[in-house]
Amino acid sequence: MSATKLKPVDVVVVGSGVVGSIMSMELANAGLRVVCLERGKSFDGDADFHKPNVYDELKYDRHSDIFQNLARDTLTFRNNGGQTALPMREMGAFKPGEMVGGTAAHWGANARRFLPHDFAMRSQIEQRYGKSFIPEDCNLQDWGLDWDEIEPYYDQFENIFGVGGKAGNLNGEIQEGGNPYEGERSRDYPNPPTRRTYQGELFANAARSLGYVPFQGPSAAMTQDFRNLYRVQMLQCVSGGFCSSHVCAQGAKANPLTSVFPALMRQPTFELRPLCNVLRVNKDSTGKKATGVTYIDARGNEVEQPADIVVLGAYCFNNVRLMLLSGIGTPYDPRTGTGVVGRNYAYQQGSSVEVFFDDLEFNPFIGGGMVNTSIDEFNGDVIDRGPLGFIGGAYITTNTRGAAPIKGKPVPPGTPRWGAEWKKAVAHNYRRTMSISSHATCLSYKQNYLDLDPTYKDAFGQPLLRMTFDWHDNDLRMINYMQERCVEIAKAMNGSRMNGKNKGTHFSLVGYQSTHNVGGAVMGADPSTSVVNKYLQSWDVPNVFVVGGSAFPQQPANGPTETIGMLACWAADAIKESYLKSPGALV
Amino acid sequence: MSDNPIGASYVYLLEPEVRFLEAAVEHLIPTDELGPGARDAGVVVYIDRQLAGSWGTHGRQYRSGPWLEGTPQQGYQSRFTPQEVYRIAIREIDQHCRKAFGRPFAQLASDGQLRMLQQLESDEIALPSFSSKFFFDLLWRNTDEGYFSDPLYGGNRGMAGWKLLGFPGLPSGQYRDLISSSVPYHAEPVSILDVQTGRVPIDAEGFPKHVMIKRDKEQ
Ligand SMILES: Cc1cc2nc3c(=O)[nH]c(=O)nc-3n(C[C@H](O)[C@H](O)[C@H](O)COP(=O)(O)OP(=O)(O)OC[C@H]3O[C@@H](n4cnc5c(N)ncnc54)[C@H](O)[C@@H]3O)c2cc1C
Repeated sequence: MSATKLKPVDVVVVGSGVVGSIMSMELANAGLRVVCLERGKSFDGDADFHKPNVYDELKYDRHSDIFQNLARDTLTFRNNGGQTALPMREMGAFKPGEMVGGTAAHWGANARRFLPHDFAMRSQIEQRYGKSFIPEDCNLQDWGLDWDEIEPYYDQFENIFGVGGKAGNLNGEIQEGGNPYEGERSRDYPNPPTRRTYQGELFANAARSLGYVPFQGPSAAMTQDFRNLYRVQMLQCVSGGFCSSHVCAQGAKANPLTSVFPALMRQPTFELRPLCNVLRVNKDSTGKKATGVTYIDARGNEVEQPADIVVLGAYCFNNVRLMLLSGIGTPYDPRTGTGVVGRNYAYQQGSSVEVFFDDLEFNPFIGGGMVNTSIDEFNGDVIDRGPLGFIGGAYITTNTRGAAPIKGKPVPPGTPRWGAEWKKAVAHNYRRTMSISSHATCLSYKQNYLDLDPTYKDAFGQPLLRMTFDWHDNDLRMINYMQERCVEIAKAMNGSRMNGKNKGTHFSLVGYQSTHNVGGAVMGADPSTSVVNKYLQSWDVPNVFVVGGSAFPQQPANGPTETIGMLACWAADAIKESYLKSPGALV
Repeated sequence: MSDNPIGASYVYLLEPEVRFLEAAVEHLIPTDELGPGARDAGVVVYIDRQLAGSWGTHGRQYRSGPWLEGTPQQGYQSRFTPQEVYRIAIREIDQHCRKAFGRPFAQLASDGQLRMLQQLESDEIALPSFSSKFFFDLLWRNTDEGYFSDPLYGGNRGMAGWKLLGFPGLPSGQYRDLISSSVPYHAEPVSILDVQTGRVPIDAEGFPKHVMIKRDKEQ
C-alpha cells in the first residue's frame, strides 16, 4: 500500500495533551505552520461534557469510557524478565487518554513543581552521603537542568494552567502560609490558594503539633474566575467532586481543552487532525534527519506528512514506542546495560491511612481539584537520609477530591467484605472518614524498562509496548517509613480507628493507582545514558523532540504534570529561540 | 420506577439466572432496617444491562490471544467476556448445587445460599471452567456498582445506595461556598435520571436545586 504524501509543514506534533497543545500553541504563535495529529476524537465542549451527564462515576471512573480504547492499543506487562508479559486487557493501575486534550483532559489538577533537589538527585546524594549510598542497580541520574534556567518556564505553565497556591519561597524569602521547602520562585502563583477544608484543618493541627509546617498544596482547578496567559477565560471551581477521571462541565479545571485549545484553534497557521494514528517517524537515507511521520487516517488510509520538525507528545508509552518503531536511538538492553530507548522506566510510590471518627461528620463529597493540605518535611532532601538508609521522599497530604459512592467508601479493618455488617459499616463511616496519604518517589532500576513485545500487536499490526517493572527494596523501605509518618499524624488526630494501605511488594496492574508513568526516553547530559538532551532533542535525530514524562530520569514525589507542562514551554522556547536560527544539535 | 415495565424486564439474562442473581445479591447487600437490599434496589436489572452492553462484551478490552492465565499482578486474562462468564458460571454453580443438595442455588434455604457464597468467595468450590472466586469477585464488583451508580443504569432504585451513605448525588452550586464548612450538609439526593426526566429543576448554571433534609438530633 503506498501512502498518500501531503504537502510539507514546518512542524508536526504527535498527540494533543499537555505537551501537544502547548507546543502547538507556542510554535504556531511564532508563525510556524503546525499540524497536530491526535489518534482520539475531537470534542464539542458544549455537547460532550455537559451537566448532568458528567456526574457519572460508573461511566468515567469505573468504565473509563473516555480513556484509551484498549481494543486497539494497550501494552503488555510483567514484573520481571523471567515472566511472559501479558496484555493489559482492562484498564487497571493507570488510564492513558485518547482524545483531543489527552489524558490531561481528565487529570486531577494536582499541580506541584518539583524541588530543585529532584533535578540533581544523584550528584547531591553522592555529595551528602557518598556514592555507595545509592543502590547498585539503581540508575539514578541528574536531569542536566539548572533550577534558575527552568524556573521561568514553571511560571509560564502556571500562568497557562491558572494554578492556585501560596508562595513559600519568593526570591529566597520564606513566606508564611506557603511551602517553606519549595524551590525559589520569581513570583507568586497567578491564583490564590484553595480554601482549607474541615479535614484539612484537622490535618494541619495534627501536623503542627508534630512540628511540621502545613500548607495548601497547589491546584489547577480555578480558585477564582481567571483569564490565562492565552487570554482564555476559566470559571471558579464549584468543588462538586467528579474531578479526577472526569472532564469538568464547569470548565474550571485547567487542561488542554479549557486552557489552550480555545486560543489554539484561532491560530491561522495551526491545523488539528483528530482520528489520525501515527505509526512512525520517517527518516532520510542518512538516518540522521526525520522527514515527517506516517499515520493512518479515520478512513484507514496511510498518509505521509512531511515536516521539518517532529514533536512527539504522545504520552510516556507511545513516545517510547514510536522511538523504538522508528529506529531512533539505540534500544536499551537490560543484560548489558547498554542502549537508552526504554531505559529508566519509573512510576509512582504511595501509601495511605484512613482515619475513622465516630464523633465527627464531614462533607466528603464537597471537594475536587485535589484541594489539599500538605507537608513537605519528608520530600526532597529536607531531612537527613543517612540514618534512615534509603533515598527518595514523599509529600504527605490530605486531599478532598469529592468522595464518590462506588469507590469512596472505606471501612475500618475487620469489617467483612459484604453482607449486613459491611452495609452498616459503610453507612456509618462514609461521612466520618478522611484519609492521609504519602505521594512518593520511584527510582529507576536496571531491571525496569520498556521495549517492544515479541508476541502481541495493536490494531494496526504493530508490536505493543512491553513493560517490565517491579518495586525495589530501597523504595519499599522508603514507603514504609513514609507510611509510619502518615500513621503518626493520624494518631495525633485522635480518630476512633484507622486502616493503613500500601501498594504491596510487587507492582500490580489490578486497581487504579496513578497515571504517572515516566522515563524510557530520558533527558540528560550524556548520550550514553539519555535519549534526549536538555532541550528534549533527540541525540541521534536532532529535528525530533521527544517531550513528556518520558524524559524524567526517575520519578520525584510531586506528580508529573506541572513539570511536563514546564518542559513543553522550555522545549518550545529552545526551538523558537535557538533551533530555528540554526537547525541542528543544540548541545 | 416500578411503574416502568422496562425496569422489570431483562435483555440478556435468562429466567434461572435472574432467580440465581436475585437470591445472591440479596445476601451481598441485604434488606435491613437501614433500607432496601440489592435485589429491591434493582441490581439484577443493572447487571443485565451491563452484560448486554459494551462492558459485558469487552467492547473496550484488548481481545487477542495468546491467552495465558498469568500472575495475579497481570490482571484479567480470561478469554471469556463477562456475558459468557455469568452464563457459564451460574450454570455450573447450579449443577453443583443440584448434585450436592438436590436443587439449584435459588431454591436453597437462606443459610445454605450464604454458605455457598462464602465457599465461592474462598475458592472452595471446584467449578469445571472457572475459579469460583473469579466469578464471585465479578459478581461482588457488579453488585457494588449497581447499588451505588446512578439510577440511570437500572440499580440504586429510589437512590437507596446514596441515601444509605448520605451522598447527595449531583452537586449543588452552593458547594462553592461550603468548601470550608464544618456543618454537615444533608440534602435529598439528586440523580442524572432525575434531571434528565425533569423531576428535579436546575438553576441557570445547570446545577440541581437541593432540598435540604431537616435533622433534629443524632440519627
Ligand atoms: C485520572 C487521572 C488523574 C491524574 N491526576 C494528575 C494530577 O493530579 N497531577 C499530575 O501531575 N498528573 C495527573 N495525571 C497525569 C496527567 O494526566 C499526565 O501527566 C498528562 O496528561 C501527560 O501529558 P502528555 O501531554 O504527556 O500526554 P497526554 O495528555 O496523554 O496526551 C497524549 C496524547 O497523545 C495521543 N497519542 C498517543 N499515541 C498516539 C499516536 N500513535 N498517534 C496519535 N496520537 C497519539 C493520545 O491519544 C493523547 O491524546 C492524571 C492522570 C489521570 C488519568
